[in-house]
Amino acid sequence: MQQKDIKRLTMLLLFAPFALWILLLILLPHIGMVILSLREKVAPRVYEFGFGNYIDFAMEPIYWNTLLRTGSMALLVTALALLIGFPIAYYIAKVAGFRTRGALFLLCLIPLWVSDLIRAFGWILLLRETGVISTFLQWSGAIDGPIEFLYNDATVVVGLVYTVILFMIVPLVSTLDGMDNSMIEAGYNLGGNGFTVLRRIIVPYAMPGIVSGCIVVFMLTAGSYLTPILLGGKNSSWFTEQIYDQFITRFNWESGAAFGFLLLAFTSLVIWLGLKLSGQTLANTVAKS
Amino acid sequence: MLLQSNPSPFLWGYRIYVAAFFIFLAAPLVAAGAFAFNDSLFPALPWQGFTLDWFFNDTEPKLGMFHDRRLLRGMYYSFVIACFVASLSVLVGTTNAFLFVRGDFPGKNALYIVMVIPLVIPGVILGISILVLASDTANYFENSFDLELEFLRPGIFLVVLGQFSFITTITSLVITARLKKFDDSMEEAALNLGASRARVLRTITLPFLRPAMIASGIVAFLVSFENFNTTLFLVGSEAPLTITMYDRMAKVGSTPVLNAVSFFLMVGSGLLALVSIFIQRDKSVR
Amino acid sequence: MTPNPTFDLECNNIAKSFGKVRAVNDVSFTIPSGSFFSILGPSGCGKTTLMRMIAGFEEPTGGDIKIKGKSVLGTPPNKRNVKMVFQHLALFPMMNVYENIAYGLRCSGHDKDEIKRKVHDVLERIALPDVADREIHQLSGGQKQRIAIARCMVLDPDVLLLDEPLGALDLKLREAMKIELKLLQHQFNTTFIYITHDQSEALVMSDHVAVMNKGDFEQIGTPQELYHRPNTAFVAGFVGDSNRWTGRVKSGDATGGMAETDQGLPIKFTANGQSQISEGETVDIFVRPEFIRTLRGADRQSPVEPHETSIDGVVDSLLFNGANSRVLVRGSTGQLIEADVTLTGSGDLTPGEDVRLAWSSEQATCFARHEAS
Repeated sequence: MQQKDIKRLTMLLLFAPFALWILLLILLPHIGMVILSLREKVAPRVYEFGFGNYIDFAMEPIYWNTLLRTGSMALLVTALALLIGFPIAYYIAKVAGFRTRGALFLLCLIPLWVSDLIRAFGWILLLRETGVISTFLQWSGAIDGPIEFLYNDATVVVGLVYTVILFMIVPLVSTLDGMDNSMIEAGYNLGGNGFTVLRRIIVPYAMPGIVSGCIVVFMLTAGSYLTPILLGGKNSSWFTEQIYDQFITRFNWESGAAFGFLLLAFTSLVIWLGLKLSGQTLANTVAKS
Repeated sequence: MLLQSNPSPFLWGYRIYVAAFFIFLAAPLVAAGAFAFNDSLFPALPWQGFTLDWFFNDTEPKLGMFHDRRLLRGMYYSFVIACFVASLSVLVGTTNAFLFVRGDFPGKNALYIVMVIPLVIPGVILGISILVLASDTANYFENSFDLELEFLRPGIFLVVLGQFSFITTITSLVITARLKKFDDSMEEAALNLGASRARVLRTITLPFLRPAMIASGIVAFLVSFENFNTTLFLVGSEAPLTITMYDRMAKVGSTPVLNAVSFFLMVGSGLLALVSIFIQRDKSVR
Repeated sequence: MTPNPTFDLECNNIAKSFGKVRAVNDVSFTIPSGSFFSILGPSGCGKTTLMRMIAGFEEPTGGDIKIKGKSVLGTPPNKRNVKMVFQHLALFPMMNVYENIAYGLRCSGHDKDEIKRKVHDVLERIALPDVADREIHQLSGGQKQRIAIARCMVLDPDVLLLDEPLGALDLKLREAMKIELKLLQHQFNTTFIYITHDQSEALVMSDHVAVMNKGDFEQIGTPQELYHRPNTAFVAGFVGDSNRWTGRVKSGDATGGMAETDQGLPIKFTANGQSQISEGETVDIFVRPEFIRTLRGADRQSPVEPHETSIDGVVDSLLFNGANSRVLVRGSTGQLIEADVTLTGSGDLTPGEDVRLAWSSEQATCFARHEAS
């Protein structure tokens, strides 16, 4: 029985770091944030419990418009990333020859860890009024004067797709790679055309990877800060910017905490809906990658 | 291979699309890196000639990155933070892997999902929630016991905690995947040959996990180094590199020294990423 | 307790339950020093559990295990002088051959020179003197096998356990390794306990074989005993090939009698002395193909001995397998009977040919059905 005690002790020792991590760095901070968001400032240094911060949010169209705008643009970015990324992932996993495949996958993996800041910086250098593309177009005679490509929604969307698309492609390549080629061949063999094989065989098989990629991409986009601000300018109306504004500029932590909670609740809701609609669970998508 | 039955114009179109995508992928990175070598005060065309001044020159106005005190200090802080985060998260990732692969306790599957969740929480929210809790705790101690807990105020300690909170998920997933591939009979064989439990762990199990630990450590280091969102809210006076660069961009405007830093970071992280990929690939063949 | 040095391993009423499932059921046996002992049984019969208890990875729920006369209950696996070759060998991939073999010696704190001497010595004995610096993945399947054995033998164990180590090898190599294992056991003169579900492995290599089924030992004996004088229907069916019929005893006494199969084929049998079989009982009858004579042409009409059973039939098909060729005959009552034949390549049996099969009643082994199983 002594052995059993040792086993139990080992389990406890292994459980301790996990529990401390989740409790102190995830659970308690989020509870603290929710509690803080429920404090109303009634006078300087005097607070009381209430939903004032949330009421403020609901009463001010700028706030919830920003949240909705952030959410819908994040959805758009997710959809675009999937549409653009899926053929790339399929090419890497199934079409490319053995050597090209490894090389292309490496090309996807290496820039994965380049900072958002540098990516956005690169886009700025390309797209701004004095940037490479504008200069090039003037030099080639296509346009007469410099053009500003920055600070509009299209640029923000392109920049965001660019920032997150590798997080879509990499899990998709892994999923498609695990798919037996003979399944696709059997699909053709049984008389399917390219489209039905894609719809009936490839997409259902890759569904966990697709959903996993979509969740990660959506959360990264909705929570991104640098790309919308640097490419969209100060008026890009991104919700994380509002949170930053409340916290750092206005030093209104109560309201900032409420915004943070709203962003979390909103994005969780979207993901929950997405999982319900696709019939997947968190356990067999993100937890697997 | 699988598109042989399709007409080849389609395949050519497909290839052009893939090529275009990789150009799209590379363009901003090339732009960010290339202007580091342009002998001009602005990171813009026209090309004024090749120079290494933005790395090594020691006088204004072309102060190179290796002589720019603030950038160097930022890099130093980033390095220190990344080292702490990487070693801590690999440590906890390893215990988590053992917990979830070897352990058997009620609610294991639910807790496994809980372990994954920090990865999908927006970094901004992780940042503010940890800031709120730390400040509340610090304020409480200050008001009740007149105790100033400096480490709970924004600074390196909080940045490390903030990044650790979600990077641990990454290391846990990588190390768990490796431990799942472990053949338990190898431990039994070592025990059978007379090794103690501690010796088995030291000579058999940990060496088996080592590639995953190193690779996930490198990834943790890179993610920590490039993190901005979580760090932004927790940073004190010791600004890491990404924050310093952002300040520089917002206040001074872009100068080619930022391109030099970008180039340096891209090459560094690219090489580290390569190393981590090869460490994992080499061993998984066996 | 007086140590009994003639037995390397004794198990007394050893039992193991996992919850309600009884994996091993009061098994007792002794293994004399220096013998090759096999435990043969279908998968799930409890043989692996039994071995894991001997190695110390599982605690028995009842009974006692003695090694060299001393009980090892409560002794942790790393303190028992019982070494084990695992099913997939479990060689350590992060170490080379030398380090794999030296691992156990290092654990017991031998000094460097001694380790070196012993490792090279054991490599010499398994006839692989030059592989010390190889990595594990550079070895062939047969070499890995020998290294796994050397890794255990270098520690000079009282008993070596082998858990179906040939299972992963291809057929040719497996045949060669059977002989090699037997030779290695002779050379080291250590007690080998060999777990397998493959009856030919057990029969070829062992001095003694225990047949295990559903947690019990059905019979322990030499390979010949098991093959020719099985104690139970399970052993008769599991060891070697047999034609098997179920039937009912028509008449019989202590020496033998006559049974009729369910299809209506009368078979003479000899009682095997182990159990009395009385009239009207349901029985299983086993006849091995090599004891069936196939008579063709004029021989068919020659009279058979009184103690022989004979049946007329038609050749259904030939199962050609060189020296182990068989003929499938459809008897007059409709069932298929397998018989060994020698096929010379000319003038052989052809499908459709009329033949007569005959066998002696001594070769018809009969077991009463005790319960419906």
